[in-house]
Amino acid sequence: MRIPPRYTQRAAMTVLGGATFLTLVILVFIIVFVFEKGLPVISFNFLFSNSEDMGRAGGIFPTLIGSLLLPLLAIIIATPLGICTSVYLTEYTRESRMTRVIRFGTDCLAGIPSIIFGLFGFIFFVTTLGMGWSILSGGLTLAFMILPTIIRTSEEAIKAVPTSYRQVSYSLGATRWQTVKKVILPNALPGILTGVMLGIGRSIGETAAVIFTAGSSLRLPGSIFDSTRTMAVHFYILAREGISSENAYGTAATLIIAVLLVNLTAYWLMHLFISKRS
Amino acid sequence: MKLIGEKGVQRILSFTAFSALTALMLIALFIINEGLPFIFKYGIINFLSSSDWRPQSGMFGIFPMVMATLWVTFGAMVIGAPLGVAGAVFLSEFVPRPVMRIIKPIIELLAAIPSVVYGFIGVMVLAPFIRSYMGGAGLSVLAGSIILGIMILPTIISISIDSIMAVPQSYREGSLALGATTWQTTHMVTIRAAKSGIIASIILAIGRAIGETMAVIMVAGNSVKIPHSVLDSVRTLTANIALEMSYATGLHRQALFATGVVLFVVIIILNSIASLAIRKKIAKK
Amino acid sequence: MNSNKFDIQGLSVYFQKEQLLRSIYLKVPLHKILGIIGPAGSGKTTFLRALNRMNDLEYGLVVRGLVLFDGEDIYRPEYDVVALRKRVGMVFALPVPLPMSIYDNIVYGPRLAGINEKSRLDVLVEKSLKAAFLWDEVKDRLKTSGMRLSGGQQQRLCLARVLAMEPDVVLLDEPCSGLDPISTAKIEEALTELKKEYTIILVTNNTKQAARISDITAFFLMAELIEFGPTEIIFTAPRDKRTNDYITGRFG
Repeated sequence: MRIPPRYTQRAAMTVLGGATFLTLVILVFIIVFVFEKGLPVISFNFLFSNSEDMGRAGGIFPTLIGSLLLPLLAIIIATPLGICTSVYLTEYTRESRMTRVIRFGTDCLAGIPSIIFGLFGFIFFVTTLGMGWSILSGGLTLAFMILPTIIRTSEEAIKAVPTSYRQVSYSLGATRWQTVKKVILPNALPGILTGVMLGIGRSIGETAAVIFTAGSSLRLPGSIFDSTRTMAVHFYILAREGISSENAYGTAATLIIAVLLVNLTAYWLMHLFISKRS
Repeated sequence: MKLIGEKGVQRILSFTAFSALTALMLIALFIINEGLPFIFKYGIINFLSSSDWRPQSGMFGIFPMVMATLWVTFGAMVIGAPLGVAGAVFLSEFVPRPVMRIIKPIIELLAAIPSVVYGFIGVMVLAPFIRSYMGGAGLSVLAGSIILGIMILPTIISISIDSIMAVPQSYREGSLALGATTWQTTHMVTIRAAKSGIIASIILAIGRAIGETMAVIMVAGNSVKIPHSVLDSVRTLTANIALEMSYATGLHRQALFATGVVLFVVIIILNSIASLAIRKKIAKK
Repeated sequence: MNSNKFDIQGLSVYFQKEQLLRSIYLKVPLHKILGIIGPAGSGKTTFLRALNRMNDLEYGLVVRGLVLFDGEDIYRPEYDVVALRKRVGMVFALPVPLPMSIYDNIVYGPRLAGINEKSRLDVLVEKSLKAAFLWDEVKDRLKTSGMRLSGGQQQRLCLARVLAMEPDVVLLDEPCSGLDPISTAKIEEALTELKKEYTIILVTNNTKQAARISDITAFFLMAELIEFGPTEIIFTAPRDKRTNDYITGRFG
């Protein structure tokens, strides 16, 4: 028996719409759940006072610092490296088997689970190089974790710049570097920045790689050789150990807000550049 | 810049590029170097198929963990893929464009939520629910699959939407002009055209699910046991590495690196399949 | 003094197995408009791009023969390509305004060459836009984006951009192919004025355009230069039957 198309259409729309609705409900529920118990906990005191009693009481200020410093260090290292690499690969070399292999390699590395980077960072930076659990170890590990992503997104952004722009620039007597500096990079900037923002967002939320390289000290770090605890790690520890669920919710809410802010900034920046150009 | 000149700039750029790529390569080689000797010494078959994980006695069979990863990942795919693809299809074909343009970024924002938060929800909400209504400890394969499935939804939805939007409008118009309904056009023409992109998104999501550590540690139970039902508590490969890393030494540590190598290889295979799928799409064009 | 800007001797261009240009011999005199006509695929654009070495950007193109610019072989290994392109400018078939303001578009080239004083740049902008017959239309909105202009205006902007470099030669590759008749007329008017100070080489698929404004015409067919000479002669009494067939519309 053949069902008339208008019924299958209606059925399909119901099923698909239901699935979409379910998805959105779940995702919204997660945010609401955390914010409901977590937002009330957030106060100036909470954010800016030190932790007491192993996190059972007090604020999360040291973890705020940790969540700030680690991604910062990672970005400082990874961004120039990533942009230079992608510029070199797209503008200074020809498309060949070598570039395809490199691209495949960076794709693979972008997919490696963060725990493996944590393993590497622990054995190489913390132990072998003797840096110990520190901001330095954590920052370096995170930098290498986000480097493949930055390389790939920058490459995509550079490739998206129309060839005609390059032709025009060269035909006006520009050198390769002048073309890159004045035409290609400014136009690829939104895409590149998005990749950087994604890297920051990922670093803030990262736990597995951080806990094994930066440690989990609740003391305010005095130098990059000191251990530090990020909000994500703090939240994990509080949740796992069942200590102060109130602070756990508060930390989670702060964490989510931080990540959302970073991503929203990324969207806003992209919007800004696109409208400036056209 | 006049001080450095064109040649100088090229040299600096090539130096940085090679340094970055070399560093990345060294990381890969380091892991392989730490893990491969163990695999040769212990035997790959033994490693993968033995169920005895007793590091103190020098036994390193990761079969229970392999099974755990397989069950949890498969479960995540069963939950996440249909929901994700359905959502993507609905949002791109049955919802006005402007509405989709608002919802898609929101879903992508949700992808940025740290995995520990997902794990937390799993522990506080999902696991008790499973414990009350289905039995078992609550911290189980089921909990892990559901949480992972939810975590990979934004990836699948976002990339699938992109693939569906990339299908030329002329395909749809041709079908509609022949009197097909929107749904008929969608499932007979549009989805078929976007197939490779959608599949690539699922493969990518599987890769993420396999590599997920924190959320799984929090909700899957972490006992070293071959799962026989979805309510069993299990420990995935990634959880195993995370839980034992801080105190593992010697052969034990090498075994963890070897686990890392196994994960590495799996990811590379998945990536190759995904890029083959994408290349087939480009070739067909 | 040699009054030929370009002296091309035996220019051949190959791409993999195919030969895009067969042994072209051509002299381009000073302060004249050279029109290059011929059907699609005849090698006109390849020839044009050989004159400012834009072909270098394509991987796999091989160039043989001599291209003398003011008596110097531009394919000599030590020849400064960047300097060449400053003296031999190019307008492409599709208008390509860079995503910047009109002002920044025009001064892009001069800034690269090191000119930075605002007063000098302002003078350059006005002079170039006037020469491209665009000044009156945009003089009040120099800071607005070049991408907001109409197609015809964008193409004149591209012409002005080239003129701001104060080159010796202006190459144009089918510049009016996407434009309406009024914009086309404005560009032709501009070129006719410009030849007093510059040497112009114009590739066009519109034979009437060549008849209208070029002093000399060259006819390319299937990678060869079939015939060239003063425009009146080419269009009234061509030597080669193929030229006649093309001009009268029998093919192409």
